[in-house]
Amino acid sequence: MAQLTFREAIARGIAQEMRRDESIVFLGEDIGAAGGVFKGTVGLLEEFGGVRVRDTPISEQAILGAAMGAAMTGLKPIAEIMFADFFAVCWDIVVNEIAKSRYMTNGQMTFPLVIRSGNGGGLRFGAQHSQSVENWAMMVPGLKVVVPSNAVDVIGLMAAAIRDPDPVIFLEAKVLYASKMDVPEGEIVDTLGSAKVLRQGSDATLVALGAMVPKAIAAADELAEMGIDCTIVDVRSLVPLDTKTLLREITATGRLFTVEENPRLCGWGGELASIVSEEIFYDLDGPIVRITTPHIPLPAADALEDLAIPSIERIVTTVSKSMNS
Amino acid sequence: MSTTTTVSNPTDLEGKLNLYRSQLALRLFEQRAYDLFLENLVKGTSHLSLGQEAIAAGFAAAMRPTDWTFATYRGHAHTLARGVPMTPVLAELLGRSNGLMAGKGGSMHLTSVEHGVMGSYAIIGAHLPIACGAAWSAQYRGTEQVAVCFFGDGSVNIGAFHEALNFAAIWKLPVIFVCENNLWMEYTRTSEVTAVANPAADRASAYGLESIIVDGNDADAVYEIAAAAIARAREGGGPSLIEAKTYRHGGHSRADPGKYRPDSEVAEWLAKDPIPRYRARLLEKGASEEQLREIEELVAADVELATEEAKAGGVPGEDLLMKDVWADGGSSWRN
Repeated sequence: MAQLTFREAIARGIAQEMRRDESIVFLGEDIGAAGGVFKGTVGLLEEFGGVRVRDTPISEQAILGAAMGAAMTGLKPIAEIMFADFFAVCWDIVVNEIAKSRYMTNGQMTFPLVIRSGNGGGLRFGAQHSQSVENWAMMVPGLKVVVPSNAVDVIGLMAAAIRDPDPVIFLEAKVLYASKMDVPEGEIVDTLGSAKVLRQGSDATLVALGAMVPKAIAAADELAEMGIDCTIVDVRSLVPLDTKTLLREITATGRLFTVEENPRLCGWGGELASIVSEEIFYDLDGPIVRITTPHIPLPAADALEDLAIPSIERIVTTVSKSMNS
Repeated sequence: MSTTTTVSNPTDLEGKLNLYRSQLALRLFEQRAYDLFLENLVKGTSHLSLGQEAIAAGFAAAMRPTDWTFATYRGHAHTLARGVPMTPVLAELLGRSNGLMAGKGGSMHLTSVEHGVMGSYAIIGAHLPIACGAAWSAQYRGTEQVAVCFFGDGSVNIGAFHEALNFAAIWKLPVIFVCENNLWMEYTRTSEVTAVANPAADRASAYGLESIIVDGNDADAVYEIAAAAIARAREGGGPSLIEAKTYRHGGHSRADPGKYRPDSEVAEWLAKDPIPRYRARLLEKGASEEQLREIEELVAADVELATEEAKAGGVPGEDLLMKDVWADGGSSWRN
């Protein structure tokens, strides 16, 4: 077992699949010769060559349009949108074209493609390079949305996303790129739509996604010292959503806290809260509490960004206050 | 089931008769679509190709069955020209379950993958990059397939047009971009909102491409240009951008009577109507009145049959509503 960073896991996951299937191609800005601006794709050009790993111009509509056209004609493209904020310049291709075309054509077409993108804040890049956009993707019928929180999940969920016959938005928390963990040798393949219970407690259930997962874990450690025993569920996949696991774990403690990096309004936790209210309302022992980034564009200064994105301290304070009220 | 409108190589008289039949089928189909709209049977909106038939027909004649068409919301003609039967196309316009997509797409999204019609796209410019992707796939797999992408003059000022042209040029993709310049961007004269006189052709040099203009109301001329560009693309020579000058006889969409256009301009272009013009040429080339009338009767009968079959189609039911969001045929987003 070797230690691998989150960024190294990206390249390993893609390489694992490209070795297996010649129809997988990879395109994006600076992904080849440069190895990715976050160094997440180092070594892929060298191993698979310039025909399968292709650098593109700064043309996000062309990148995703090309991925769509390739997918509908038999390839399995992986496309990179460097920063998730840039989805705004090619959102038409994602929402109107990729997401709707299978339905509109009465199932004549399939789109086995993955769009991976650096998501969220924590790197002090300012408002246009830091937003957590998982809620944008979640609200579009026809898209699957995956957000891994650690290196092993990156490999397994990447493999699952590539093997899935539908379009998958694969969001990588940029702030996690440097995080490390032990990763087993050999092929790793996971399942889309499966949440993971990382820790089981008796008092409250913290449901977190992406970069908020390690923070929720750290917060749970502190809460345990205060006598509050937390379950932690890593959502991992917003669409499909593993409501079975989520509802079971929320029912078990009777309390739900969501930890979300997306701005407040229409964040994924809002949908989860609605499902919980409709389906297990009488199993709750207290109000559902959402811990999110406020409804603001992200500021650049480190001090301000740290105030905006849910911190370990904010999670601890919010949970303990609510549990003790 | 009504007959299809594919044509063989129109370099001899038989081929030209086929090309006449194809153009006429597009014309009579669109006229019927308009009539059914007036009867309130065509749901939603529709955008007709009346006057522009020679382009779709000429290109289709130069394509192999395995080649791909990418069309716009004005795509009835391009769909039919690839051999898709009239009945399912008309039924789709009427919102019936025997429609090409069982009523789930409508007039603006006609698609028939088995005929190489890889979709009709209703967001201006979006399908140009998508056509690049299909062409990339053909290039990668070495299949010699070519993607032909039609769009209007209104598309040349949107970003996706320029991204796609550059992309196709740098990757030398087997894709033909066909601008059907009918002079009017919806309700506005294109020349009033475009920096150059020939909206597509004058941009070609910016992408290292030859500037190509063709008389879009002459099916033979279109065929010739199409055949050359397609052959070039197939042989690895890369993309082409072709501007076909034409005119739509009606308004932009069914809601538009097109009154903003001067009568003299409409009259000038009606005199260049591709179909009577082609008919006259066929007579010159030795076709007989009888041959032409036989074709005209056959096409008219096809349209009648398609109308009957489309009207007889069922109303799509709830079983279709939740189908085919995902590849597994369903729409579930949770367990």
